[in-house]
Amino acid sequence: MTSKPKLSPDTDAPGAPHLPRRRLLSGLAAFAAGGVLAKTGNAEKAAPVVRGEMPWSPGLADPPMPTKQGGMAFFTPAEAQLVGAIVERLIPADDLSIGALEAGCVVFIDRQLAGDFGKAVAMYRRGRFLEGTPQQGPQFRETPAERYRSGLAAFDKRVVAMHGKSFVELGEAQQDALLVALETGKLTMEGIDGVALFGLLLQNTREGFLSDPMYGGNKNMAGWKMIGFPGARYDFRDVVDKRGKKLNIIPISMADKSA
Amino acid sequence: MADVVIVGLGWSGSVMAEELTRAGLNVVAIERGAWRDTSTDFPPSVDTDELRWGVRREMLQPPAVEALTFRNKPGEKALPVREWSCFQFGWNVGGAGTHWAGMSWRFTEFDFEPYSKTVARYGVKKLAPGLQVQDWGITYKELEPFYDRFERIAGTSGRAGNIQGKVNPGGNPFEGPRARDYPTPPLKNSRWMEIYQKTTASMGYHPFPVPAGNISEAYVNPLGVRMAPCTYCGYCEFFGCGNWSKSSPQACVLPALMQRDNFEVVTESEVLRVNKAADGKTATGVTFIDRSGAQWEQPAKIVIISAYQMDNVRLMLLSGIGKPYDHKTGQGVVGRNYTYQTISGADVFFEDEQLNPFIGAGALAVQIDDFNGDNFDHSGVDFIGGAGIMAFSTNGRPIGMADAVPPGAPRWGKGWKKAFQHSYQNVATIFAQGTSFPHRDVFLDLDPEYKDQHGQALLRLTFDFNDNDRKMAAWTGAKSVEIGKKTGAKHVVPFNSAIGANSPYDQRSGHTIGGAVMGKDPKTSALNRYLQSWDVHNVFVLGASAFPNNGGYNPTVTVGALALWSAKAIIEQYVPNPGPLVKA
Repeated sequence: MTSKPKLSPDTDAPGAPHLPRRRLLSGLAAFAAGGVLAKTGNAEKAAPVVRGEMPWSPGLADPPMPTKQGGMAFFTPAEAQLVGAIVERLIPADDLSIGALEAGCVVFIDRQLAGDFGKAVAMYRRGRFLEGTPQQGPQFRETPAERYRSGLAAFDKRVVAMHGKSFVELGEAQQDALLVALETGKLTMEGIDGVALFGLLLQNTREGFLSDPMYGGNKNMAGWKMIGFPGARYDFRDVVDKRGKKLNIIPISMADKSA
Repeated sequence: MADVVIVGLGWSGSVMAEELTRAGLNVVAIERGAWRDTSTDFPPSVDTDELRWGVRREMLQPPAVEALTFRNKPGEKALPVREWSCFQFGWNVGGAGTHWAGMSWRFTEFDFEPYSKTVARYGVKKLAPGLQVQDWGITYKELEPFYDRFERIAGTSGRAGNIQGKVNPGGNPFEGPRARDYPTPPLKNSRWMEIYQKTTASMGYHPFPVPAGNISEAYVNPLGVRMAPCTYCGYCEFFGCGNWSKSSPQACVLPALMQRDNFEVVTESEVLRVNKAADGKTATGVTFIDRSGAQWEQPAKIVIISAYQMDNVRLMLLSGIGKPYDHKTGQGVVGRNYTYQTISGADVFFEDEQLNPFIGAGALAVQIDDFNGDNFDHSGVDFIGGAGIMAFSTNGRPIGMADAVPPGAPRWGKGWKKAFQHSYQNVATIFAQGTSFPHRDVFLDLDPEYKDQHGQALLRLTFDFNDNDRKMAAWTGAKSVEIGKKTGAKHVVPFNSAIGANSPYDQRSGHTIGGAVMGKDPKTSALNRYLQSWDVHNVFVLGASAFPNNGGYNPTVTVGALALWSAKAIIEQYVPNPGPLVKA
């Protein structure tokens, strides 16, 4: 896991969202941008004031955090295996492309659950968690990481109770049938919203298959190549007039600019 | 000593600060979010990241910072909107103006006087019981020069439809008269827009390019700030623009504003409340909390609240500015006349197209206004209002499109892969963006239970669509389907957000409107026509919170025009002679 260099002490309470810190790529400590008015005492650090000109410091940026390869940061080996089997049913290998497993979706989801997404850092988590109307949306006390942990355990327990084998030991047809049952609410588990769990799995698998490869999935841009999405490109003025034409644009990713 | 403190440095705060500092006033802005600029925070090298900006929404205000509670009806228990939803708030210098899509509309003449124009044309019985339709206290004609000024600052790309009363071919024939054409020409059509334009023209409608805050060519605005041409990158809405081509405080105002030594912005600091003098007639300044938790007071002679529509209303309620609305009695004004956007339309699926959806911009679209507002005769229908019906080409970002498969197609497995591979180049949307009228049972107030990180009450939203708007959406939805069938698409799949109970998790629109509305009558409005509080005369509240109803359009340019209109009143009328500008 990479750790983020920080410019100033992290004063956020646990679970509070951190403002994305602008990081000095060179790792230098001082943030002394021209134009920032220096106030006395703690005020400057606690309430950055901008005055006099557009602040700028060499090397200051807010780059994304690419995923470190190797190992699992969140999943146990058994969880990783189970998730691997699930994602491969959601987006299987076929003649159109590799499947979610080979594409790195387990690594992707693992890193997401170990990070801010898994910890629900951006979500409102105060006050009583009450059950509301469908319109009032999710009121989960558990974070996504906790929902995966408890959900996967409950799911496989249910599978074993139904079939005498765990999910990873079953054939594809049986696995698909179980996922359909989970998706439609026919497979129930005590204390677990199975329909929501399926939705979360599907969403995260798609993210893993279609996000920039630097996040651990979409290996060799397989997902993008399947649909013809050009990836990390920023200028289409040369083709905007080629309306309706097949463009065959070679995709590029952020981390690796090779085709 | 600050002459003016501005709460929230988004679009309206920025243009107000620019006007006031140029007039010689000392201005301090206090912004909850961080400083953000193009080269450091969203250059092209980090911008092409759908997961980070589009899905995880790292540019937006997280619900953890502040959420709303929501219920459909009075009497229900409101619960927090805990996760990402239709609400898209800014959390940075630049506000929502940094990440918005860029659709740059003017409202129509009708939108500003919906009560008197409806009564004049159809009679008062056309207004369904429960609706709180009321005039703004300002006309389109009065606001026109300020629309012009804001468009010039923004560099808006478009083609005028009505220049000083003369219809301009290729533009929107239904728009209000304008002094001159847009500062830059329209963007180019996509393939889908080309299909839609041909189809609607053949049906006798009047398609025109949607005015865009993604500008079509290099441009220097009246503040001397340079903008660059849009590159159709498809990383627009939810993203900052790395090209200086999206109209935003970053691209249009801050480079000029930050040069002025009578301006400063205090960042990462949240205003907790506006403080009032003992007699309640004026504000003395604001109290804010910095990121270490220390509280400070910023005194000022004038307080501008420009913290976005929702927090404008919340701050007024927390500060005791204006009487809170009580839906049972109909008394009070703060929280009254909340509206939204009423969406219907149709997704269409072609068989053999190459739409190349990744060629896009946030406001790249073509629209017909034939069924918007009061542009058509409503004698034969049982509602007021209507919708602009558009075809947009905003983006081809794959994660967001993964559900766009035809009816009956699987959502996962081999079947999904095949369907998605096909629909990626064949799916498009006909989007009817409709008016929203206020109702007495739809309002904002403070939640009795849930609090933010500082222990202050969250804002509570009580909202569902009213019958008038539901009927309108069904009607414009049917028009959308009719158009869809004529495009040659194989499947036409209607959608209508106004069927059933509303949820903030229906993300078809993020336009939250009203709650601290302007008007002629202090019994039904919180602000007078200069956006000055009727109750606390040195407080002005800028934002879409001021709209008493929503037009069939995105709100931003009207927000900007009103901010400029208010600025002029402050400089020319208020500063020389502080006091109420309108007799109550």
